[in-house]
Amino acid sequence: MSKVVRNKRSLSARVGGLFFVLPSIITVIIFVYGLILWSVNVSLTNQNSGAKKEIEYIGLKNYTDLIADERFTHSLSNLVKFTIVFILGALVTGFIMALLLEKGIKGEGFFRSFYLYPMAISFIAMGTVFNWLLNSARDEEAGGLNLALQKIGLGFLQNDWYVSEKGAMYAMALPAIWQMSGYVLALFLAGFRGIPDDLREAARVDGASESQIYRHVLFPQLTPTLLTVLIILGHISMKAFDLIIGINGKSYVTQVVAVYMWEATFDKRDYAKGTSIAIVLLIMIAIVVVPYLRYNNKQQAYR
Amino acid sequence: MRRSSFRLVAAAAAIALAVTGCSSSGDDAANTDTEFEIFTWWASGGEAAGLQGMIDVYTAQNPDTEFINAAVAGGAGVNAKAVLQSRLDANEPPDSFQAHAGMELDGYVRGGQLEDLTSLYQSEGWDKIFPADLIRTITVDGKIYSVPVNIHRANVLWWNPGAATKAGITKAPETLDEFFADLEKFKKAGITGLALAGKGDWAIAHLLDWMLLASMGPEKFEGLYNGSTSWTGPEVAAGIKNFQRALSYGNKGAGNLDWPDAGKLVTDGKAGFFIMGDWASAQWQSDGLKLGTDYTYAAAPGTVGVYQWLSDSFVLPVGAPHRNAAIAWLKVCGSKEGQDAFNPKKGSISARTDSDLSLYDDYLKSAAADWKKDRLVGSTVHGVMGNNALMAAYNAAVGKYFSGGFKDNAGLAKDLAAAYEAGKA
Repeated sequence: MSKVVRNKRSLSARVGGLFFVLPSIITVIIFVYGLILWSVNVSLTNQNSGAKKEIEYIGLKNYTDLIADERFTHSLSNLVKFTIVFILGALVTGFIMALLLEKGIKGEGFFRSFYLYPMAISFIAMGTVFNWLLNSARDEEAGGLNLALQKIGLGFLQNDWYVSEKGAMYAMALPAIWQMSGYVLALFLAGFRGIPDDLREAARVDGASESQIYRHVLFPQLTPTLLTVLIILGHISMKAFDLIIGINGKSYVTQVVAVYMWEATFDKRDYAKGTSIAIVLLIMIAIVVVPYLRYNNKQQAYR
Repeated sequence: MRRSSFRLVAAAAAIALAVTGCSSSGDDAANTDTEFEIFTWWASGGEAAGLQGMIDVYTAQNPDTEFINAAVAGGAGVNAKAVLQSRLDANEPPDSFQAHAGMELDGYVRGGQLEDLTSLYQSEGWDKIFPADLIRTITVDGKIYSVPVNIHRANVLWWNPGAATKAGITKAPETLDEFFADLEKFKKAGITGLALAGKGDWAIAHLLDWMLLASMGPEKFEGLYNGSTSWTGPEVAAGIKNFQRALSYGNKGAGNLDWPDAGKLVTDGKAGFFIMGDWASAQWQSDGLKLGTDYTYAAAPGTVGVYQWLSDSFVLPVGAPHRNAAIAWLKVCGSKEGQDAFNPKKGSISARTDSDLSLYDDYLKSAAADWKKDRLVGSTVHGVMGNNALMAAYNAAVGKYFSGGFKDNAGLAKDLAAAYEAGKA
């Protein structure tokens, strides 16, 4: 009997709740999903210039053209290089910092916000600063990082940074790592804190050494955190645009997919190509994010 | 969905037109519009001051029209172009907007988004007062779609008299051979020969554009854009070879530099030569540098007697809500009074051959003298010879070559040929 009453109440509460979220649902449907569908639609047409008047559907031709487009594969390979170095770099530095803080350093709160602070800086502002820091001039003309390296006696490490042909994207990952590693630190620290102390104590009672506790007790518990970090970094990396533009403009050497999409859409007014690049990017991000969301939902259901 | 919203907007515009009673009949209809909206990206410095000069002329002639300047800040109009484009595509054009004269308008022209202004050229006498080479270059299938308000010169050699004396150079090189000989002298004196700015690729592309012109001459160069000269032929190959040679005298760390940084190398005496458009002079003067002592100029080597130009112009979009006000504006843009109000502040010369030279500085005086007698050729990377698609691909091709250590000459020629094809699509 009481169960029925509760159900009724929750039903009306649900309707009320739905009413409150309805505006956001509608706007999201129109401006996110509606426009995704619209972009898919444009990407299947021959709207290859602003001047096109007769618009026809040409199937997947825009997509197959992309595969043959050297500019696109170049920006894609740049993106892959950037993503790998960025994720690994931010992961490793963030994790090591979290490990150090987890050991119970004095002033943990200070360090946490200290390392998290770079996230508060916009990519454009950071790009401008790193543009100066990563100056490729060397020796007596050097400035920025190259000069700093000389001053500390590591002059042989001077580098071309983001203007070198092979290493440009790796250099580009430096500022991104610098910015995001504090965030990774915060996530991992939260992960460590989420592990109940009894587990450690139980392990100690069983005679495990400190390193064994980490390897066999704590690290396995961090797998969900690791996954979260990978997903978050992964999708930030794939959408990389403002950092690249901020540091090096639309230069060919550091062009990534999002920058090429901008060029195709707004410089060339090739809407069909621009939207097909956007859809490819969306699919790439979806491949990364969707399994994570499903996994997360399942976890939620267990709780 | 998209099309119906277009219709709605068009209908709304039509109603607005009917209500305000500004029917569009003929070019000579008096301007009875109460407002006029213009779209430019001249938002600061000499550009904004020059524009204001032209606006003052306009409001003096059209006191009842309120002038709305929808300037969108952002160098070279990167933001402005995107905003403008979305408005044009939504059939909500401003009454007039700024664009480079020449092929940069190609997309708008082919899309039927601009009105033909040829009759205005006849009624205002511009077809006589603008140089014939200019008229020929901006005419598309017998029609002219824009009114140039200024002329910038792209092929200018900037150099530092002090540094040149140190290297034993007393006069500007006139041919490519002299140019390379002087670069060698700079090198011997321990001064970087050529200032390069690699950021964003276009300044290097600007250098290549001049080098191709200098290597093959104006006829062959124009042939590149009408199909009579092959991009993969011997002329381009020779030009790229010269280009490669010139790049080897460049400064280190060029990839990080924007053109003002590279220019500073020259005005500081750290680099010898700099090939850049004449907006460099305007920039340096606003920095307080003196023409003649801190820097000086010459026609870029190999192109003496050739004026490679680019031009900012205004157009009349189809469906402009205040068409008569826009035509009144275009008349100011093309007039002697308007151009002489704008150009001395902007640091460019008037497109007209009858401008009042006493208003201009020494460099601009000499440029204006050349403008009247030189062979005129359009610039590729600034929108005269190439449309947006061509320019984007051209810059990327040069960026690829430059960041790759300028080794792959054949690859560059191939990419440039592809850029030309991209422009035709």
